[in-house]
Amino acid sequence: MTLLLEGIALWKSYGNDDVLKGVDLKVEEGECLVVIGPSGSGKSTLLKCLNLLEPISSGSILFEGKEIAGLRRGEAAAVRRRIGMVFQSFELFQHLNAEDNIALARIKVLKDKPARARELARHLLCKVHLPDKAEMYPDELSGGQQQRIAIARALAMQPALMLYDEPTSALDPETVGEVLDVMQELAEDGMTSIVVTHEMSFARRAADRVIFLDGGKIAHSGRVDDFFSDAAPERLARFLGRIRA
Amino acid sequence: MSIFSLHTMLGYLFSRLFLDAALMTLWISLVSLGIGMLLGLVAAIGQEAPWRPVRAVVLLYLWLFRGTPVLLQLVFAFNVLPVFGLVLPAYACAVLALGLNEGAYMTEIMRSGIRAVGPGQRMAARALGFEDRQIMLWVVLPQALRIVIPPIGNQFNGMLKLSALVSVIGVKELLLTADQTASMNFRYLETLTVAGLYYLCMTTGLMVIQHFIEEACQRRRGRAPRTGWKLFSPADLGLVR
Repeated sequence: MTLLLEGIALWKSYGNDDVLKGVDLKVEEGECLVVIGPSGSGKSTLLKCLNLLEPISSGSILFEGKEIAGLRRGEAAAVRRRIGMVFQSFELFQHLNAEDNIALARIKVLKDKPARARELARHLLCKVHLPDKAEMYPDELSGGQQQRIAIARALAMQPALMLYDEPTSALDPETVGEVLDVMQELAEDGMTSIVVTHEMSFARRAADRVIFLDGGKIAHSGRVDDFFSDAAPERLARFLGRIRA
Repeated sequence: MSIFSLHTMLGYLFSRLFLDAALMTLWISLVSLGIGMLLGLVAAIGQEAPWRPVRAVVLLYLWLFRGTPVLLQLVFAFNVLPVFGLVLPAYACAVLALGLNEGAYMTEIMRSGIRAVGPGQRMAARALGFEDRQIMLWVVLPQALRIVIPPIGNQFNGMLKLSALVSVIGVKELLLTADQTASMNFRYLETLTVAGLYYLCMTTGLMVIQHFIEEACQRRRGRAPRTGWKLFSPADLGLVR
């Protein structure tokens, strides 16, 4: 297995507020890493730091073997093209239909021919099980559909790594499943992913490893089977109990 | 002399003189609005720029042009610029002053449109690898411009009427033409009524055009357009806010 991404002693502060306090993590190619933890534990910040949306205060991020922390604007944008990200609130471009949402970055950033980009977009719409929604605008689609299109939009850049930031937290319960299914299929196809989620069933089904983040530090981590069967530390046991409740 | 002569009024209404004057009003309004929109867009983007000197220049511009009467700016352009050797024809002074003045107000409108596009949209674009300039061009502005169509229509409506001010520097638009015509025969009621009718025609036409632009935007978003005579609802007529 080759190492795709490595974070070493990641530290992130906003003023006097330390959000990440020395996080180490490794993601191998083809692996699905699930990050869980109470709100305010730094999960979202961790993802934003990994694809350089937020600069880290100290530490080191190696992506495909190269240091990427502290890159300048243009170079950072080039790295982000290789890392897809899916947000809790979808953030589809409101003025574009599904197909153009997926194709826009290929056309404007990678300078693809529009016809080619749209062809890829339609292919990806099939992949997320929405082949007939190409012409629909975001406000005409359900949350689950929007989120699957957001996944397709990220996939259009053919990223080496996908980051999911609580992708189902804003969804109606009945549409959560369709989004998780797509994510699981991608993971099974070998897409390397880091998933911040509260869906423990997804972690059990799709994750290779799980990290429990608490107070900006990794409180517990392990392979998925060990993680849930181990005699969990008290904090984790309490957290899992609360989620199940 | 009767108080009102329909014959005289209709004569003016269909005269070349008043038609030319109306076209002058329309031309000055359109050009000034165009200059204002362009300036406003540039200034609004400038205000969002990370560079302090750019923001300072924009702020100075807004402070000057929103802080002084447009009539003063107009007379200034006409009477003071020649002192510095810049002699412009009256209509050029008119669109220069009105355009610069309009730009200052347009800046705020454009900026509110740009601000209305949420930070999440920018972050999503950044995550896809867009650079700042591309985000503004392909994600923020297309959404912002849709948001500012109604206020821009409002500004155009205001501009049509504001353009009457340029009569003071001798541009033969509607008000000056009406005034000069009446000063020869004291038919103020007829001439001013004709001028008023032309203004009403233009503002009504503008309302209709704006309505269709807004509907076209709705249609492009796949929604059914509003139907019927919603155009003349109290809100559209500006009777209620």
